[in-house]
Amino acid sequence: MTDLKEYAVSIENQWCPGCPNFGILTAMKRALVDQGLKPHEVCLVSGIGQAAKLPHYLKANVFNGLHGRAIPAATAIHVANPDLKTIVTSGDGDLYGEGGNHLLHAFRRNPDITVIVHDNRVYALTKGQASPTTRRGEKTRLQFEGVQVNPAQMLATAIVHGCAFVARGFAGDVDGLSRILGRAIAHRGLSLVSVIQPCITWGNHPVAWYRDRVEPIPEDHDPTDRRRAIDLALEEEARFPVGILYELPSGPTFAESYRKRVGDAPLYELPRIDRATLDHRLTRMIVRP
Amino acid sequence: MSERQATQMDKSIFVAGAAGEGIQTIGDVVSRTFLHHGYPVFASQEFESRIRGGNSSVRVRITDAPRNAPVAAADILLALNPEAQAHYADTLHPEGLVIAGEGAGLVIPFVDLAVEHGGAKIYANAVAAGALCAVAGLPFATLQKVLENAFSERGEEVVEANVAAARAGFDQALDELGDRRPKELPKRDGAYAFASAHETIPIAAAASGCRFISAYPMSPSTGIITAFARSPDLGVFTEQAEDEIAAINMALGASAAGARAMTATSGGGFALMVEGLSLAGMIETPIVIVLAQRPGPATGLPTRTAQEDLLFAVRAGHGEFPRAILAPSDPQEAIDLTVKAFDLADRFQIPAILLTDQFLADSSFSLDGLALPAEIPEDHLADPARQPKEYARYASNSSGISPRLAFGQGGRVVCIDSDEHTPEGHITEDLQSIRPAAVEKRLEKLRHVRAEISPPRVDRIEDAETILIGWGSTRGAITEAVDRLRSDGRKVGSIHFSELWPLPDLSFETESVAYWTVEGNTTGQLAGLLRGELGWPIVGTIGRSDGLPIDASFAIRELMGRIS
Repeated sequence: MTDLKEYAVSIENQWCPGCPNFGILTAMKRALVDQGLKPHEVCLVSGIGQAAKLPHYLKANVFNGLHGRAIPAATAIHVANPDLKTIVTSGDGDLYGEGGNHLLHAFRRNPDITVIVHDNRVYALTKGQASPTTRRGEKTRLQFEGVQVNPAQMLATAIVHGCAFVARGFAGDVDGLSRILGRAIAHRGLSLVSVIQPCITWGNHPVAWYRDRVEPIPEDHDPTDRRRAIDLALEEEARFPVGILYELPSGPTFAESYRKRVGDAPLYELPRIDRATLDHRLTRMIVRP
Repeated sequence: MSERQATQMDKSIFVAGAAGEGIQTIGDVVSRTFLHHGYPVFASQEFESRIRGGNSSVRVRITDAPRNAPVAAADILLALNPEAQAHYADTLHPEGLVIAGEGAGLVIPFVDLAVEHGGAKIYANAVAAGALCAVAGLPFATLQKVLENAFSERGEEVVEANVAAARAGFDQALDELGDRRPKELPKRDGAYAFASAHETIPIAAAASGCRFISAYPMSPSTGIITAFARSPDLGVFTEQAEDEIAAINMALGASAAGARAMTATSGGGFALMVEGLSLAGMIETPIVIVLAQRPGPATGLPTRTAQEDLLFAVRAGHGEFPRAILAPSDPQEAIDLTVKAFDLADRFQIPAILLTDQFLADSSFSLDGLALPAEIPEDHLADPARQPKEYARYASNSSGISPRLAFGQGGRVVCIDSDEHTPEGHITEDLQSIRPAAVEKRLEKLRHVRAEISPPRVDRIEDAETILIGWGSTRGAITEAVDRLRSDGRKVGSIHFSELWPLPDLSFETESVAYWTVEGNTTGQLAGLLRGELGWPIVGTIGRSDGLPIDASFAIRELMGRIS
């Protein structure tokens, strides 16, 4: 049994008091406990931004790397040690903006990791510029006349690329979010969870505005229905359907064929390649008369 | 020392044609025929950045003692098409011989003979190889053996067709030569390892425990990841990343999780990796990067050679952190320095860069043998049993190197962060008690690395009045230049750096010696480092910027022009 207390740390939290990120942090800890995971079995990977500080606020392995580059690091961490439950947790600017290309290729690779996007529709740490998910026309502290470009639709993009677990959660509903995160973590292959995380400092809408528009995905939704899942993913204006939009049985995951050759152990535990094999390769380069 | 032996025989064959015409196959078959006859061969390539057409050449140099250095002039030019014949006419020695399908020189109708004797046009290369071997005085039986080795996997029919076509080219050349027919070259009993540095680096990496490479294809580095992918028995996981940024961040993720990891790229890709290089410095995570140079700036000359990225490698990355830079000069040194790069990276938790270039990547050397070092160091991950339960990744200790655990190793929790961090790896803005000490701790490692760097090789400097200083791939050419200048009675020596950074402390003679660097760049990058870091009085730089490798004749001509 794992206990929530095992995840406790005494690190000063740098988030704004009342930030919905606290809801994501609580939901994450509960989901990890529910999955029976110990802190040393979890590796949290993040980029840069307020959301990307989350890994410091619970006890786990942490790779807090460069802005936008959490996904390549996490993909490789899982290759190097499949015993670790590797979870990316970072913001929409980090994962959809600076690192958008990596996310696209993660859909193609299908590494067995979970990606949690704190979507607050704004660059908060740099004080209020547009993010890839800021709506067209909304004014920001840089886009003074309103955003002139369309928002990124990454959940729909994920579905189109065959990502076999795509969900939307709400940071204001910790119970519901922890259930979604638990399912995402348990899924074998890439799971993507976008979490509505209203920014209480720079956001264009208060938490209540989102709370009024969040609603559960209809109970009769078939999560294997791709077309319907895309429709639900694209609904991000009048209402926000929350829950598991798309879920397919696990397909082949990244590095499976390599792991079939070398086994499942962490790579640092594998013995060196037999020296005689390598000496032989060099000897074969000798051309004799 | 074999490079200093007097060579009596020194012949060069240029095989020229368009991309896709098979000059590499011909070059390889002819090289191997000489090798099977007991002669060392040095084969280099220069080619255009295209799939078909254009002008390219494979340059095969045959000596009776190994002379692994490029040549700029041909004794025999085999031109597969009229355009190549015209394009490379200038490279032919005045008394040299052209072999071509039509026009002047020794005319061998490659395609007609291929169809007649091999049954298809594709055997034109075998006809050409046959003609070349006849002109060079090589026995046909040796060529036949090489063809059988080369094509046996494709079945008996292919072998037979190649042999028949080669025989036709061989006989036709002898007929055409008439009484100018060469004497058969005496057989020697030399046995040489024939390989390029980019062929030996992956083997040395596997021996060093490398388990992970992520890279984005970029000439001239692509051969490295390809070698791992082609050889699953090397045990290395390979991934073609979506870009070089992903490539280095993947390698760092794998490394932080405990796998020995590397990447390979060229200048433009390394530019994209630079933030990741800085990350490696900050999170003190080992990584080996092969930086295979080509001429820049920007896309530059994608398939040509240069040494323009030395200062880039030394200075790349925002902020201040230690690194090691090693520049092998041949395939054996590439083995030794690859093993060293993995060890330095792991032991001191730093990025280690192997600086190669297109010339080194695409040239096959003849060496007396190739061997892994007798001792290959073990990994330097810490023993978790000796670490506290509440492990701190960046704990300071007397050695200055924090014991490194991989994520979750031995049940420990490991926290690493690209922000300035506490010993536990958490973000900090403590500007008094943490930041200055953390900077000091990281930079202090440079002192440890410097102690591991081998001094440069010196050659005939005792009485030298002029000393040529080079680095990396130019060693063969500079050694040859010194040989030739010495035989003209000039007191010349050389100093060659294969381990470039951190520069070792060196003292040097300042009286009556003129130091010149010889570099594949224009601004004298090594000269700048030696002047700036060591106060070394460098007179000037013999530089080359045309994308071709520095050869001895070029170095001598430029030096004489500058000092007279």
